[in-house]
Amino acid sequence: MSYETIEHDVLIIGAGGAGLRAAIEASAAGVSVGVVCKSLLGKAHTVMAEGGIAASLANVDERDGWRVHFADTMRGGAYLNNWRMAELHAREAPERVHELESWGALFDRTADGRILQRNFGGHAYPRLAHVGDRTGLEMIRTLQDHGIHRGIDVHMEVSVVRLLKDGGRITGAVAYERERGRFLVFRAGAVVLATGGTGRAYLITSNSWECTGDGHTLAYDAGAELTDMEFVQFHPTGMVWPPSVRGILVTEGVRGEGGVLKNSEGRRFMFDDIPPLYTDQTADNPEEGWRYTQGDREARRPPELLTRDHVARCIVREVREGRGSPHGGVFLDIAWIGEKLPQAEAHIKRKLPSMYHQFRQLANIDITRQPMEVGPTTHYSMGGIRVHAETQMSGVPGLFAAGECAGGLHGANRLGGNSLSDLLVFGKRAGEHASAFARENPAAAIDESAVREATGTMLAPFDEVSGAATDVGPYRLQGELQEVMQGGVGIVRSAESIQAALDEIGALRERAARIRVPGNREYNPGWHTALDLHNLLTVAEAIARAALERTESRGAHTRADHPDKDAAWGDANLVVKKAPDGDMIVSRSPIPDIPEGLRRIIEEMG
Amino acid sequence: MATATFRIWRGDEAGEFRDYDAEIHEGMVVLDAVRRIQADQAQDLGVRWNCKAGKCGSCSAEVNGTPRLMCMTRLNELPIDRPITVEPMKSFPLVRDLVTDVSWNYEVKRRIAPFRPRPPDAADGTWRMNQSDVDRVMEFRKCIECFLCQDVCHVLRDHRLHDRFIGPRFLVHVAALEMHPLDADDRREELRKAQGVGYCNITKCCTGVCPEEIQITDNAIIPLKERVADVAYDPLSKLVQLVRGRPRAKE
Ligand SMILES: Cc1cc2nc3c(=O)[nH]c(=O)nc-3n(C[C@H](O)[C@H](O)[C@H](O)COP(=O)(O)OP(=O)(O)OC[C@H]3O[C@@H](n4cnc5c(N)ncnc54)[C@H](O)[C@@H]3O)c2cc1C
Ligand code: SF4
Ligand code: SF4
Ligand code: FES
Repeated sequence: MSYETIEHDVLIIGAGGAGLRAAIEASAAGVSVGVVCKSLLGKAHTVMAEGGIAASLANVDERDGWRVHFADTMRGGAYLNNWRMAELHAREAPERVHELESWGALFDRTADGRILQRNFGGHAYPRLAHVGDRTGLEMIRTLQDHGIHRGIDVHMEVSVVRLLKDGGRITGAVAYERERGRFLVFRAGAVVLATGGTGRAYLITSNSWECTGDGHTLAYDAGAELTDMEFVQFHPTGMVWPPSVRGILVTEGVRGEGGVLKNSEGRRFMFDDIPPLYTDQTADNPEEGWRYTQGDREARRPPELLTRDHVARCIVREVREGRGSPHGGVFLDIAWIGEKLPQAEAHIKRKLPSMYHQFRQLANIDITRQPMEVGPTTHYSMGGIRVHAETQMSGVPGLFAAGECAGGLHGANRLGGNSLSDLLVFGKRAGEHASAFARENPAAAIDESAVREATGTMLAPFDEVSGAATDVGPYRLQGELQEVMQGGVGIVRSAESIQAALDEIGALRERAARIRVPGNREYNPGWHTALDLHNLLTVAEAIARAALERTESRGAHTRADHPDKDAAWGDANLVVKKAPDGDMIVSRSPIPDIPEGLRRIIEEMG
Repeated sequence: MATATFRIWRGDEAGEFRDYDAEIHEGMVVLDAVRRIQADQAQDLGVRWNCKAGKCGSCSAEVNGTPRLMCMTRLNELPIDRPITVEPMKSFPLVRDLVTDVSWNYEVKRRIAPFRPRPPDAADGTWRMNQSDVDRVMEFRKCIECFLCQDVCHVLRDHRLHDRFIGPRFLVHVAALEMHPLDADDRREELRKAQGVGYCNITKCCTGVCPEEIQITDNAIIPLKERVADVAYDPLSKLVQLVRGRPRAKE
């Protein structure tokens, strides 16, 4: 099979926030850098991020600082986080945000001209730097525009399907480009995976088409470990109507700006169930909650701003008990602030312009006058490639990971805004350490037989199969998997539902191997979808196996058959790895003791 | 359940329109129908999309002859008793089906001088800015790079002056840099010479198709033309002053 070979010192797979930040850092270190991405540059999932980026700049409330941010992140993650990553993240985020500003990003301002910050769930103080509700666009455009002037080669609409190794160490990757379907082999000293999340394994999701767990699967197949896969974040507020927009995100910024959740009886049900860990910091009446959202520092946060896992469960309860909205969600109301603010309509349009636009355009709803209907949507993968906290290197020498496809930072549940800061902090670190690794370890030889094997597998969907009936096609099969995961390994799971899902995943895997697609290799989304199936099935199985193993409820993982936290599970992560015989194995990995200094911070701030 | 016919361009330049029938439901957008057709009838139908929420600018196409985002075009805005035509953008070379080669746009962007900030205002290396100054540029930074404005601009679409005119999207980009509260570069010479701002004769077609409702002509291009007129005589600037109103602030 013919292919073109391209060489870089550092190959970065993914052009979202993490990949671009890594690329900028690596190029600053003077090595040659290539970035590949499945879509056009600037279209990666990061572009959709809305509410803001978490960093303890302390511009709005000077009580904030990295220690509080660290403690909030650990508590939000139910203490399963990699504490060293949480520490680095909290310490370095402010510098990364300022740096972004020096590259041209514009954030909303305080009265004295500094970066404005807003409230978000689980953050003790207003901490999210933002630009209205299009922070992700601002961030990706800034990185993109800054990056293109630094001599980074960008290979757009190219998908990596296999990593190559020489002995233990990474040597490159096999890919195809969409336009003509040609194969490419990248030879590199180090590879950074920055491929984003896995949300497309579920039916109702806020994620873009690209979030098929490619990096997770590439790393797993190359022998790296995955961690925390059972923790899938269901964002409490996605659109539920009309059906074709189901799952599209409604930013937490709506609640940060004073939006409230109500059931069909008009009751603010979030006041009914405040977890003990948070009672001290949560308002016990609507008036206090409102004052908090308007910056009153003596007030405590409204219960709508509790962590995402908790709010999502409360919404599911209301719907299940028959108090939902007409289309199976609950009501999210920002229009009510008209009672409080004279210029409410203009205020809402200025603070939440893309939400206003989105509802007006897609649901015919004017959010300055009417409530929105919302329900949980699959949003974020806390689980990912297990990496070293400082360097972001996985267990495979030369293979790095950053951003949503890496695991560890967020533990059992991610706080809003902590992803965009994760991308910058650890994207930078990955770029820095990958370039150092590539300098010390020049590119090694490519394993031709592995390339042949990979391209052979990729072309299989075009093979003629005599007589055999072809399956329903790649899109339908993907849809079936999404239903299996939504039903069996969704917001609330049990041993029974997970086991059933695992059985189905096994059957789908067999069918996926027989998928045939029409047409040729040129810009053929049917073929591309068929190739993505292997990744989706792999992450689906990893999520399900880890979810079956963790016999407790904690953070984003809720087991109907084990409804409570179990102390015996409080000090271990789950690790998924490919056994030499190809089987997927799950094992417990004890969390190392937290140093005294960090423990004290948690006690004082937590 | 209603059915509608979608007349979709298939193939390369030598391709043809093909009709597909699809069931339609309340609240559906054109992209939903295209994806349905892809799943059931035309698995290899080439189309770009990412977010399905009007945020990434990937799904640009011409629907019933108008440049639009497929994910933000609701079927109930269109007459469904006639076939709905969906075809690729015209200003760029066709790859296949609904996919065009927009790489020219990325080359143009690379040629534009990057952001160059003034020295920090504060000892800690940070800057102070007024919200009102930020707001003015915010409008331009909302651009999702869908290139619909590039598609509709006759300087590119009909006159094919791709080598002399950067197009409305990048005039918006330059305006965002020019009016950035921190940017210290003088971009007027570049605008006049390499970027061809003079070719724009403010027909406002670009403003009409922008899904982000950016006032491309009034708020970006006209002020740029004025700045250029300050350094060099620009035959259009007189005309500009006759037809324009004051650049409106958004809201
Ligand atoms: C609607 C929405 C709103 C959000 N709002 C916020 C927010 O306000 N604050 C916050 O902190 N977080 C938010 N998030 C989460 C955050 O946006 C994501 O977690 C983050 O953007 C992920 O960035 P990334 O760089 O890891 O990956 P992505 O941005 O997903 O980029 C992945 C890249 O990898 C490429 N890629 C994937 N597979 C391959 C392959 N096989 N070959 C080649 N390239 C490949 C893709 O093309 C893409 O370029 C939000 C998410 C959503 C969906
Ligand atoms: S106003 Fe100028 S840029 Fe816009 S379409 Fe007309 S000629 Fe093109
Ligand atoms: S200015 Fe408007 S139409 Fe042009 S690319 Fe940007 S968002 Fe699209
Ligand atoms: S799919 Fe992103 S704008 Fe239409």
